[in-house]
Amino acid sequence: MKKSRIGKAFAALALAGFVLTACGGNTGSDETKGSSDVLSVVAAYSSAIEEPWDGVIHEALQEMADAGEITYKYIDKVGYASGAFERALRQIAEEDKPAIIMGDSFGNEESARKVALDYPDIAFVMGSGGGPAEPNFSVFDNWIHEPAYVSGILAGSLTKTNIIGIVGGIPVPEVNRIVNAFIAGAQSVNPKVEAKINFINSWFDPTAAKEAALSQISAGADILFAERAGVIEAAAEKGLLSFGNQMDQKATAPESVVTSNVWNMRPTIKYILAQVKAGSYTSQDLKDFSMVAKGGATLAEINTGVTGGIPADVVAKATAALDAIKSGALRVDINEGVPAGSVTK
Amino acid sequence: MIDITQEIIGSSLRIATPLALAALGELVTEKSGVLNLGIEGIMYGSAFVGIATAAQTGSLSAGLFAGFITGAVAGLIFAFATVTLGVNQHVAGLGLTLFMISFCNTANRIIFTSDGGQVRVDPWQPFNFGGPIFSQYWMTYATFLIAVPFTWWLLWRSGLGLKIRAVGENPEAADVAGIGVAKTRYTAIIIGSLLMAAGGAFITLAFVGTFTINIINGRGWVALALVIFGRWKIGRLLAGAALFSVVNAGQLQLRLLPSFSDVPFEILLALPFLAVIIGLAVSGRNVPYPGAYLKPYKRL
Repeated sequence: MKKSRIGKAFAALALAGFVLTACGGNTGSDETKGSSDVLSVVAAYSSAIEEPWDGVIHEALQEMADAGEITYKYIDKVGYASGAFERALRQIAEEDKPAIIMGDSFGNEESARKVALDYPDIAFVMGSGGGPAEPNFSVFDNWIHEPAYVSGILAGSLTKTNIIGIVGGIPVPEVNRIVNAFIAGAQSVNPKVEAKINFINSWFDPTAAKEAALSQISAGADILFAERAGVIEAAAEKGLLSFGNQMDQKATAPESVVTSNVWNMRPTIKYILAQVKAGSYTSQDLKDFSMVAKGGATLAEINTGVTGGIPADVVAKATAALDAIKSGALRVDINEGVPAGSVTK
Repeated sequence: MIDITQEIIGSSLRIATPLALAALGELVTEKSGVLNLGIEGIMYGSAFVGIATAAQTGSLSAGLFAGFITGAVAGLIFAFATVTLGVNQHVAGLGLTLFMISFCNTANRIIFTSDGGQVRVDPWQPFNFGGPIFSQYWMTYATFLIAVPFTWWLLWRSGLGLKIRAVGENPEAADVAGIGVAKTRYTAIIIGSLLMAAGGAFITLAFVGTFTINIINGRGWVALALVIFGRWKIGRLLAGAALFSVVNAGQLQLRLLPSFSDVPFEILLALPFLAVIIGLAVSGRNVPYPGAYLKPYKRL
């Protein structure tokens, strides 16, 4: 009798575990500093802040909050279940009443846009594959195909086997345009380059990514581009060069990582803050603020300390290309098509 | 061609290592009549606690040890729930998996990722005895040269194995014969959990040297299917693991061939799962489940 009661209690506990997990979502918050010129930003992320794309936004906001420029709260892992994102946004709008709501609305476009219409006094600034919507829904995205093109120039110049391996997560436009620009950059300096591309169909699976990278190495690849985690590890194990993505990944393997295509959200956020403070905020596509010209996309410092070093003329070529992009003289094509498994010129 | 074959075999052994370890663990557990759906969570917990400990102490061995402790503790909790309390094994197992994953993700955020970092260690390097086939991590050698024969001996040649099989087939008869059913099941569950923990620790401490959320990504469930595929026999279980891993390594190579360049990659990625499902459909009918499968034992 007693045992079965404990059993029931345990089952109830397990059930509570289910419910808790289903609710998901961790919140992190900063104490409100209470000053009136400090704007409040609340972010709602569909995915986790550990996912590099969301991580870039979170890191920038957190840093600005730590510096006292904004107050910042977030909720992540909201997920894609019907109504979940809409509920999260409405709760933020009703309870926190922030000046700005940020986040990523991929997979939740309809809910995000619907809520924005109901709260015209709040600036909705969302990572999105769609366009802006009047009156208050602005969009941004990681437009780092330009540094990816320059990384490609370095890779195309450094490869000895003329085979370059690329491992990506899921072939969505945000990934495809980076991968395609990387290949285009490599082939612009070395038309013999053959790119081998694997997708792991997941945002997180370093094991699968590393295995795919090792298979590319066995097929002759001597340079790897790590769109996802796990790839730099394979290059480092085999003593090869690699390229990082989204953040500067030099620390992962300083002897292997040549450079990284870095997305920087600060220009976008600073612009939005200025607009909201001035009372002149309107909905718009913030793409330009995530590109090289305005500092939203950068190439991490080229690491000449990698195994074998990097010849000065190769560095010069890459720097020249980056300068040309900055000045507007070089325009990198945006190709969002899914790359095939092996791409030659 | 020989080169590619060698690469595929070498890669398969790597892919099969965590699957084989976890499947052996599940086999020992299920032979005692208990289904442990905590397998995915135990692998996850060991992968995280293992690398977190290794990062803090600077010792991979300490990390592996911590992974084993995590497995043992999780196994003990699961055994208490299912054996002592007789809780539904599906609920207890899935609950354990959900708890372990959420717990590790939260701990990961508090300890490592809250300031934008990621935990990282210098992992074990492969030992190269010549050629891609014999360039493996020590845990891979240990899996196939020690864990596999040990599990076979344990289940089919040792006294404990006889008890495990007895309580898994007919706990009433075993009890009458003086075998402690609860004690035997506790032992089987904990040995099984240790093997699962080894599978999880292999991923972070040997193969990738880092931890991201979703690190196990369903490998525990694959191991679970391999036990059924293997009909609770070690040879068939390993054949299943080999089938899955070889097709997996093979599809990675196929993807890189220019002639397969335009085949949708999703089809290639699905091949290993399809191979196991087809294998199950062909050979998996009328599976001889252990007699007391899923049944908690209580003296009347």
